[in-house]
Amino acid sequence: MQEVIDSIQAKQITKCHHCGDICSSLKIVSSGYHFCCEGCKMVYEILYENSLCEYYDLEKNPGIKQKFKVRDGKFAVLDDETILQKFILFKDDTSCKIEFYLPQMHCSSCVWLLENLYKLDKNIIQSQVNFLKKHITIQFQHKQTTIRKIAELLARIGYEPHLSLSSVKTKPKIKTSKSTLIKIGISGFCFGNIMLLSFPEYFSIQMTNESLIYQLFSYLNLVLALPVFFYSASDIFISAFKGLREKFLNIDTPIALAIIITFCQSIYEIITQRGTGYLDSMSGIVFFMLLGRYFQNKTYDALSFDRDFTSYFPLGVTVIDEHGQENQLAVSKLKIGDRLKIFNDEIIPADAILFKGKAKIDYSFVTGESAPVDRSIGEIIYAGGKQIGQSLELEVIKEVSQSYLTQLWNNDSFQSKKDETKTSFVHDLSKHFTIVLFSVALLSAAYWYKNDSSKILDAVTSILIVACPCALLLSATFTNGSMLNYLAKKGLYIKSANVLEKISDINTIVFDKTGTITQQHESRLEYEGVALNQFQQEALGLLLRQSSHPLSRLIALDLPLACQNNIQNFKEKKGYGLSALINGLFLKAGSTSFLDIEKINQIENEGSRVYISINNEYYGFYKIKAKYRNGLKTIIRELKKKHTVLLLSGDNDSETDKLSHFFGKSAKMLFNQTPQDKLDFIQQLQLEGRNVMMVGDGLNDSGALTQSHVGIAVSDNTNNFSPACDGILDGKSFFLLDKLISYSKRQKQIIVGSFIISILYNIIGLYYAVQGTLKPVIAAILMPLSSLSIILFTVGLSYFFSIKIKKHDTNQFSI
Amino acid sequence: MGVIIILVIASLIVALGFLVAFIWSVKKGQFEDDYTPSVRMLFDNELVKESKPESKK
Repeated sequence: MQEVIDSIQAKQITKCHHCGDICSSLKIVSSGYHFCCEGCKMVYEILYENSLCEYYDLEKNPGIKQKFKVRDGKFAVLDDETILQKFILFKDDTSCKIEFYLPQMHCSSCVWLLENLYKLDKNIIQSQVNFLKKHITIQFQHKQTTIRKIAELLARIGYEPHLSLSSVKTKPKIKTSKSTLIKIGISGFCFGNIMLLSFPEYFSIQMTNESLIYQLFSYLNLVLALPVFFYSASDIFISAFKGLREKFLNIDTPIALAIIITFCQSIYEIITQRGTGYLDSMSGIVFFMLLGRYFQNKTYDALSFDRDFTSYFPLGVTVIDEHGQENQLAVSKLKIGDRLKIFNDEIIPADAILFKGKAKIDYSFVTGESAPVDRSIGEIIYAGGKQIGQSLELEVIKEVSQSYLTQLWNNDSFQSKKDETKTSFVHDLSKHFTIVLFSVALLSAAYWYKNDSSKILDAVTSILIVACPCALLLSATFTNGSMLNYLAKKGLYIKSANVLEKISDINTIVFDKTGTITQQHESRLEYEGVALNQFQQEALGLLLRQSSHPLSRLIALDLPLACQNNIQNFKEKKGYGLSALINGLFLKAGSTSFLDIEKINQIENEGSRVYISINNEYYGFYKIKAKYRNGLKTIIRELKKKHTVLLLSGDNDSETDKLSHFFGKSAKMLFNQTPQDKLDFIQQLQLEGRNVMMVGDGLNDSGALTQSHVGIAVSDNTNNFSPACDGILDGKSFFLLDKLISYSKRQKQIIVGSFIISILYNIIGLYYAVQGTLKPVIAAILMPLSSLSIILFTVGLSYFFSIKIKKHDTNQFSI
Repeated sequence: MGVIIILVIASLIVALGFLVAFIWSVKKGQFEDDYTPSVRMLFDNELVKESKPESKK
């Protein structure tokens, strides 16, 4: 009894020194530390031998548990020259620079270890990490070592490079952000200096005998304003011009107009020495505009919203040639008739016929079926599924680009671009604002024409300068920028600002089932049959722990540790079952055919059941049931208050009862939906006039995600593939979905609020402008003041509303 | 009073120097990654690469 208690306590307390998981056995030890598995221990020993143990000092348990041992030949595909080109950044006679994507990077220890890579391999000169993008660039001597060896080294320490069919192209994005930064720098520099040089004008310091200095300052201002006008503001002009060409009045047009008018008026004033112009306001406008735009366009470098299936597929696959030799071949080079060898947890890259092996294919990402599908020899296995269990031999019948999956993906309806012509409400507001502005200008022009025609020019130009609609754009950009930022902090990464507005218009929400509302890698166990007593459970646990099959391990976690460890005659028939004589009991665990019993209650796919027999007497079976995400019930209840909520699933309807518990009995739920069915259904809803948001996760949802107004992909590991969508929701933040949606709806309120503030400033400015008495100093004060107050208002309110979304759910429960 | 012209020009030149430094750093790529340097800064530097003798063998 005491030993049982001790072993249970030990199980609870001891955590692996490397990865932090609970150690189920206390036997794996090195240097006095416990590890949960040989894999973790091996990484530790590598680091220890190379005196890299500082890795463990920087963060607690920084290691990542390697679920499956990396196969020896996995990186053989990197011996191929054409494939190598994708990774090479630079190459000369001695050294070569490559870039890998390492999705496992998650803490400062990772950064430290990866930048100390040269200690593990002398041929590595230098390595540098970009943590946000999860990239590593390694410079090495290519004559002494190969890219493949480096990839294998990285895999050995737990940072296996992610190789996929698509190449990551990040170069164009960097160029544009570089030039934007330079433009901001120049306009900021000029803005500050122009204001400095305008100080005497502000304070009306009269220096009658030194009017030369005044002139000099004015000309200096002019020179400083030139780069602002011609270089920094060029984006605004180009965008306004493009809009006009399309006969479309976008928000940049009135701003471009204001800048041009201010510039010309100032030039005229300076050259004719009538005054000093408003160059400080002009450069200030450009500076704040650019700043707002930069803030709004900050992207998430490690995420991608435009991935297609090529990022999901592997780079290479093992091919067996005529002589029985196994080689690695690039997936893109597969031909019909090639013999493939597919290992456990590997994705099948092309449609093929099964020749050898027992296939248990997990299509959950592709079709949404939650249980793996059994396939026998001679049957066609479609590309995109993942094999679970033993290795298979397949013969390719269609090339990768011709497979069913890629045909589906390239289908026009899947590629349909979102309807981008619907403009933001900000554009409408700015249109109205411009019309009002021009009418005010006309009215005052008419007034001054009657009374004192010399003041017309002053009045009209100063009206147009002061009442700049830039305040509206500024409110929009800063609101969007800060809201996107706060949403990202809470776990919802939105692609771009206009998505926020679309979320406010949503009235229907459609959920996918597998992977979206269920948690893929966590399951619930249910046992049906004759109950097992403590002794039997311990023995069963012992049996299952001998196997590396994920189902066995999962069940074994639930069973108590045994005191006696008497195992005899252990036999494992991969894919079928296990048997052994344990502590006097003859146990068998596996499929019905292994246990020689008739199939009982065969309603659903048998794939997720493990049958148990003791001493050849059938006892019962363990059923793996999907676990629903925390908070599902609450968010559906809240969402139903203002939206219609539906379910579309690619899986069968075996869980209808459980689901109607969440969605309500009257909710519409459709099952066995193919990807095309899902897309058609969304289209149907849209034809009925509804604004639809789709929440999905896999390739099978990709058509629906593109078709709907807003597509959100749920992901438990944001470094993994997610289909093309408008936003990525971290699985851990799923329970916040209703609060995140209502936060997004605040966008309009904040923008309108800040716009009202800017109108107040405009009224004050206009008061002076219509009288023709607008002094440059007033304009120079009003413009930065209004800009700053708008920025503070929008960012402050966005923050205020965001703290209402609590990150940690205090109501922890699960059904 | 004419000295103010010299002062203004001097200050402009200094400010211009900073602007040039900014543009140079952007072009060099220092703004591409603004997060990792903050992590890297906290690591201990070894004085010389091979100074630590391997005494574990």
